Amino acid sequence: MLLPDKVALITGASRGIGKAIAEAFVAHGASVVLVARSESIHPFAESLKQGGGKATAIRGDVNDEATVRECIKQCRSQHGRLDVLVNNAGAMPQAMIGMISMEEARQCFELNVMAMVNLTQYAARMMKAPASIVNLASIASRGVAGMSVYSATKGAVVGFTLAAAKELGPRGIRVNAIAPGFIDTDMTRGLPPEIHQRTIAGIRLGRMGQAREVANAAVFLGSEFSSYINGQVLGVDGGMQA
Amino acid sequence: MNRLIDCFVQTLAIKREQVTLNLTYQSIPEWDSVGHMALVGEIENTFNVTLDTDDIIGMSDVAKAVEILRKHGVALNAIA
Repeated sequence: MLLPDKVALITGASRGIGKAIAEAFVAHGASVVLVARSESIHPFAESLKQGGGKATAIRGDVNDEATVRECIKQCRSQHGRLDVLVNNAGAMPQAMIGMISMEEARQCFELNVMAMVNLTQYAARMMKAPASIVNLASIASRGVAGMSVYSATKGAVVGFTLAAAKELGPRGIRVNAIAPGFIDTDMTRGLPPEIHQRTIAGIRLGRMGQAREVANAAVFLGSEFSSYINGQVLGVDGGMQA
Repeated sequence: MNRLIDCFVQTLAIKREQVTLNLTYQSIPEWDSVGHMALVGEIENTFNVTLDTDDIIGMSDVAKAVEILRKHGVALNAIA
């Protein structure tokens, strides 16, 4: 196990990559505090506990200050510490330039960027070395047509990650990002078939990635097996052309 | 004040006699922005509170730290 006795806070943990990360962290011995907007976060945490894992569920929106404070409060009251933060919660709006709803764009920045910044501030105060923050960026940070707002938010995630690594490194808190490529999740299943075919054609491994393959990278970056890795963006994309 | 003083001493690695109500943020090299975050984290853990961002920005001296803790319901005897 790579995360024995670690305490991890994972956002957006009710489905997709976040859910896979939660499962992988528990499988590697971590105690997890999970937050998501969906009510399904509660039965998911229960299923992890029934499997012998230690999980706490919080239903809430990480844009909401009260939810963020509750996350930190639970880490403190249940475990007395926080070792790993995984900023995974995100939205992936699609619209061509000229058709972008500014309200939707603001919401995307609020969730993908501002919530990450806010939670990182709270978490970093509680963390003691050795600790790790893992931010979910995306290959879209290089720019994907039809996803300019999403691409911009993920570019911001990368920039924040690199700056945070410099600021928090001296305190023994490593900050890295994962940039998934085309991963089989609810979000990507909603894309039109022609986009699926065109995208897979540009992946060297010739297939979509699985959420657990991203989760494995998160386990690595959260663990002491990556103890000298700080301020990096790890692509998990099968060799994808952006 | 002992528990609060401990927070300053441990996180900033300074002497106890340096921690007075008048000690201000950035008045000594140890209490810089990095030290401030560690200090706030230690105060939160010690007193089991979660401070607001405004509190953290406003924690400009030791006296202010006492005031903020009292605002969050920490009794003065608990601070001591």
